[in-house]
Amino acid sequence: MEHVALIERARRIRRHILTMLTQAGSGHPGGSLSAVEILTVLFFNHMHGWSQDPYPSRDRFVLSKGHAAPALYAVFAELGILDPEELLSFRRLNSRLQGHPDRRRFPLVEASTGSLGQGLSIALGLALGLDAIPVTCLLGDGEMQEGQVWEACAAASRYQLHQLTMIIDANGLQIDGRVEDVMPLEPLDQKLRAFGWQVFEINGHDMDALKVALSVPTHEPKAIIARTIKGKGVSFMEGVASWHGKAPNPAELKAALEELSA
Amino acid sequence: MKSTRQAFGEALITLGETFPHIVVLDADLSKSTRTELFSKKFPERFYQMGIAEANMLGTAAGLAFAGHIPFACSFGCFVTGRYDTIRMSIAYAGAPVCIVGTHAGLAVGEDGHSQMGLEDVGLMRMLPGMAVMQPLHAAETLAVMQHFITTPQPMYLRLTRQDLPEMPLNDSWDPYTLRLIAGNPDASIAVIATGAPTFELLDADTYSLWHATSLKPFDRVSMSKIASKAQHIITAEDHSTLGGLGSIVAEVLAELPKHGILHRCGVQDTFGESGTREELYQKHGISKEKLRALISSL
Ligand SMILES: Cc1ncc(C[n+]2csc(CCOP(=O)(O)OP(=O)(O)O)c2C)c(N)n1
Ligand SMILES: [Mg+2]
Repeated sequence: MEHVALIERARRIRRHILTMLTQAGSGHPGGSLSAVEILTVLFFNHMHGWSQDPYPSRDRFVLSKGHAAPALYAVFAELGILDPEELLSFRRLNSRLQGHPDRRRFPLVEASTGSLGQGLSIALGLALGLDAIPVTCLLGDGEMQEGQVWEACAAASRYQLHQLTMIIDANGLQIDGRVEDVMPLEPLDQKLRAFGWQVFEINGHDMDALKVALSVPTHEPKAIIARTIKGKGVSFMEGVASWHGKAPNPAELKAALEELSA
Repeated sequence: MKSTRQAFGEALITLGETFPHIVVLDADLSKSTRTELFSKKFPERFYQMGIAEANMLGTAAGLAFAGHIPFACSFGCFVTGRYDTIRMSIAYAGAPVCIVGTHAGLAVGEDGHSQMGLEDVGLMRMLPGMAVMQPLHAAETLAVMQHFITTPQPMYLRLTRQDLPEMPLNDSWDPYTLRLIAGNPDASIAVIATGAPTFELLDADTYSLWHATSLKPFDRVSMSKIASKAQHIITAEDHSTLGGLGSIVAEVLAELPKHGILHRCGVQDTFGESGTREELYQKHGISKEKLRALISSL
């Protein structure tokens, strides 16, 4: 898909995210918005087998930072996997669009996540079990504090899983504040390299940079540290920790959608 | 109205004043667990451990061995999810750590399955020497914390996200005794409740309503007395009946020579899901309406 079309996708995805959050009255805008370009490039440019009717042999994607579920559901709406109307059932009783991804109700989300730190291990198992099929996992930078992530890092390198990619949505924030204040992990690139991963560090809103980093072949598992802005695209949410886990009210939604109009 | 997590956060700063050995650990949820209040008042006694619950719990055990009084806090599902760390470093070691799990049960609401502690009581009460406490309201939350500080032991403290009515604590209160909340103690229907569903049951016209604050140790003596009079015994909890209050009462009744019929209300061997608290209480049979319907049918 050409660049202009991807930018338009990203804009539409942001609008879906915000609309569904306001409709639901709760949810996580900050970490959904920071991941929009990452998901747009992955699903509309990079991964194979994703369409309205995804192939069984499709590239696999695990959203380890499950609270960004609105972004994934919005991507699914843009792919035609679900009707945009259904987005309004997000977080409602009996909806398959649960507050956090739920493989039991909606198998295409691949993994039931929402308890942080588990997705990379699942991606690792998928990569081990599906042979040549590429597997990508998206994690939060706060999430990198979970010990299990580093256990998975060691194992991925032990098994030389070059088809496994982890993207870290490095927006610098978690719930209680800045990652560097809560529990610093930098220099992340050096740590990941020491664990045997090939590391790329890019601007996570630069879709060309994302395309390049995703397509470079490697012999080792690949880590992309995507430097992003939490709440990206909505001026009053950008870089503001308190927009981690609250929905915009109708007036805030209106203001946000105005900023995101074509 | 006040959530028990809010009461907990406020109690920590009061108790922190009197007991300089209190230390608090949190795992990137200090706004939700309300330990943020303590962190602002006593920053030097607050440990922000990041999203790393297992390490937080092990660290709390070490702090306890070093003579401190640690409270290690996160959502109930996430802390009790680090089971082996709790089993070895805290329970087996006898480390007097208060493990605090907020966001109990279905009442979490729209966030859904991954954020709800629905198995936490069952997991914790399996561990020898682990006390399991679920205060009914704000005043009881403070009292249970005071009890922990004066009789240090491994303890799991289960707290609510949602606001609950506030009630006074009477002078004879102790955490261990099953307490009559409403109704005639000799009624032929006895409802044993724990935590938030208790408030769905206050109009106890045809039954007695008892609250279990301590789920472990459990007050077998009072339970046996209640069972000797009641033809029907109902348990109500915002937790899985497997391992929760439903199991606890069943275990007591099974060892009595004779007892009435047990009806266990709570989550029935299933996972949590998204919805409003009200919808979920209705769907899973612990709303006022559903509990009433059961009682009327007896
Ligand atoms: C095991 C676990 N602990 C705590 C939480 C609560 N929680 C939800 S999101 C979040 C912060 C995540 O920060 P980060 O990974 O940086 O995500 P992002 O900034 O992209 O939203 C926390 C602590 C959780 N979901 N799982
Ligand atoms: Mg982050």
